[in-house]
Amino acid sequence: MSVTTPPQQPVDDPTPVKDHNGRSSRAKKAKDNLTSPWATAISIIIAMLWTIPTVALFMTSLVPGDRYRTDAWWTVMADGDLTFGNFGQVLFDSFGDNSTAPPLLEYVFNSIVVTVPAVVFPVVLGLMAAYAFAWIPFRGSSFLFVLIFALQVVPLQLALIPLLRILGPENLGLAGEFSGVWIAHTIFALPLSVFLLHNFVASIPREILEAARVDGASHTQVFFRIIIPLSLPAVASLAIFQFLWVWNDLLVSAVFGSAETYPLTYPISNLAGDYGQYAYLVPPAAFISMIIPLIVFFSLQRYFVRGLLAGSTKG
Amino acid sequence: MGSMQDLAAHPPVRTATDLGPDFWASQGQNLLFGAIAVVAFLAIVALIMFGADLIKGRARDKVQLAVLVSPVLLLLGVGLVYPALDTTWLSFNEITNEPDPDTGIFTTTMQFIGLDNYRFAFSDPSTFRTIINTFVWMILVPLMSTGFGLAYAVFIDRAKGEKLLKSLVFMPMAISLVGASVIWGNIMYDYNQVGSQTGMLNALRELVGLDPYNFLRDNPWNTFWLIVILVWIQTGFAMVILSAAIKAVPPEMNEAASLDGANAWQRFWRITVPSIRTTIVVVLTTITIMALKVYDIVRTVTQGRDSTDVVANRMYVLSFVEGREALGAALAVILFIFVIPVVIYNVRSLNKAKEAH
Repeated sequence: MSVTTPPQQPVDDPTPVKDHNGRSSRAKKAKDNLTSPWATAISIIIAMLWTIPTVALFMTSLVPGDRYRTDAWWTVMADGDLTFGNFGQVLFDSFGDNSTAPPLLEYVFNSIVVTVPAVVFPVVLGLMAAYAFAWIPFRGSSFLFVLIFALQVVPLQLALIPLLRILGPENLGLAGEFSGVWIAHTIFALPLSVFLLHNFVASIPREILEAARVDGASHTQVFFRIIIPLSLPAVASLAIFQFLWVWNDLLVSAVFGSAETYPLTYPISNLAGDYGQYAYLVPPAAFISMIIPLIVFFSLQRYFVRGLLAGSTKG
Repeated sequence: MGSMQDLAAHPPVRTATDLGPDFWASQGQNLLFGAIAVVAFLAIVALIMFGADLIKGRARDKVQLAVLVSPVLLLLGVGLVYPALDTTWLSFNEITNEPDPDTGIFTTTMQFIGLDNYRFAFSDPSTFRTIINTFVWMILVPLMSTGFGLAYAVFIDRAKGEKLLKSLVFMPMAISLVGASVIWGNIMYDYNQVGSQTGMLNALRELVGLDPYNFLRDNPWNTFWLIVILVWIQTGFAMVILSAAIKAVPPEMNEAASLDGANAWQRFWRITVPSIRTTIVVVLTTITIMALKVYDIVRTVTQGRDSTDVVANRMYVLSFVEGREALGAALAVILFIFVIPVVIYNVRSLNKAKEAH
C-alpha cells in the first residue's frame, strides 16, 4: 500500500469528527435530502454487489467435485448436495492439478512462517529509524527522509532482478529460503514503515522527550522507555497493514521463494487458470486463504482504518 | 450435507492426523525456524542497542544514532536504491549467453545496446499492447474506485447502520488479489460453452433471456472485466478515506447552503467536493500506483491470454520465466516512468508541508 501525503496528525487521533449532540441533529436535518430513497437504493445495491461475490465463493466451495462443472451452487443446494468435504480434501489430502500434489495445509504453514517475521522485522527497524529521523538532528537527515518517502511509490518491479541476484546462490544464497523471502519483504516494507511511524513519533510532545534528555537519558533509553510504549497504537496499525500485505502477497514470494516456501496464494493462483478435473478445489482453497485475514480484519478494523488515515489523508 | 458423512464417502481423503510424521516434522521445523528468527532478531537488536548504551562520553550519541538508522539505510540502499539503478542500467543492455569462440565455454556477456529494448517494447505488438493495457488500468481503476467510493460514502453518511454498510464494502480490502481473482474469474465470470451456466453473471443473463457471454475472451472488453476486480477491492479503500474527510467538513457549511436553497446535488458539488479536494487527489494517486503494479489478477485469471497482459505480469514472465531479463528490466523502467509524476508531486507536497511547519 503506498501512501502519499506529508506528515499530518498523530495516528492515534481518531480523525472522523464525532458530532456533538446538538450539532448532529442539525446536521441530520441538512442531510435529509441527500439520504433520499434513491440514494438508499443505490447504496444497498452497491453493498450487495460488494458482498455477494464473497458469499458465492463460499457456496461454490461446497459444491462436490462431480457436479462442479455442470451445476451451479444454487442447483446443488436445492438438491441438498452441498458438502464440506472439499475443505477436508484440499487441506489434508492434496491441492494441485494431480492427486500427488501436497495438501494445502503445508501452504498454510508456509504463509504463517513467511508472514510473522516479515511483519516484525520492518516494524522494529522502521520504528528505530523513525525515532532518529523525527528527533535526532543529523547531517543529511531531511534529504534521506525525503528519499525514503519517495521510495514508497517506486514499483518493486524495479528492484526484483538485481535483488534476486544479491540474494541468489552466487551471493548470499538465501533466495528460495524463508530468510530470503523475509529480507525481500522487509526491504519493500521499510519506506512505508519509516514514513508512517515517523509521522506518529514526530507528534509525541517535545517536552516529554526533552525532559528525558535533560535527565541524561541516552537515545537508547529514550527509545525503550518513551518511543516504544507511546508508539504502540501506530505499531499496531502498521503491523496489521503489513500482515495483510504479506499474507496476501504473490509477487515477492513467487520471485524470492521456492517450492519449500510458497504461501497459499501461489498454488491457488496456479490452479485457478486450470479448468481441468481439479478445478473444483480452487474455491475452497481460496476461501481457506481468506479466513485468517478476514478474522484479523474484522477484529482489528479500527486500527487498520487508523493506519490508512494516518498514511493517506489530510484531516 | 453432514461433513462427516461426506468425508467418509471419499475414502482417499486424509485427515490432519493421517498426514505422516514427516509432514509434521518438517512443518514444525519451519515454524520453529520462524520463531527463532523473530526471537533472535529482537535479541540482537536489543543487545546492540544496549551495547551502544555502555559507551561513555561523546561518542555515545553518535554510535546510537548510527545503530538506529543504519539498518534501514543499508537495507534500502542495497535492496532498493542500488537494484533500481542496476535495473535501469540493465535495460540499456543485451545479455547474451554464447560459447566463447576460443574456449567453447558458454559465457554470459552484457553489451550496451542503447534504447533497443525500449524500441522493441514499443514496436512489438504484443508487448506494446501490455503498455496500452497498463495505461488503461491506470486511468480506469482510480476513477471508478474513487467514483464508487465517494458516491457510497456520501449516500451512507450518517445513515442507519453506517458502520455495517461500510464494513461490507471495505471487506474486500482484506482479501488477496489472488482470492478476488478466484471469486471473479472462476465464479462470477465463469462461462460454459455447453450445458447450463454455472457462472453467476451468465446465470443472471440466462435468467433475463440473454445469451451467455464469454467475459474473459472478448477482447478488448476482457481487460475491463479484469479491471472490475481491482475496482471491487479498491473502492473500500477510497470510501473509508473519503468518508473520514466528508465527516470533517463543518456541517454549518451545508446548513447555510441549504438555507440558501441549494439542493443536495448542488451542495455535493459546491461544498463537499471542494472541501475534500486534497483527499480526493491523495486517493486517486494512491490507487493509480496500486493499479500500475498489479500483477496478481492477470496472472491468476487469464495468464495474459487474449490480449489482457499488463506490464507488471509481462515483466515477471520475461525476467523470471523466459530469462529475458534485459527486456524485463526495460518494462520495469517503463512502469517507473509512469509513476515519476506522482513521485514529484508527492515530494513537492511533503516539502510544502514541512515549510508550513
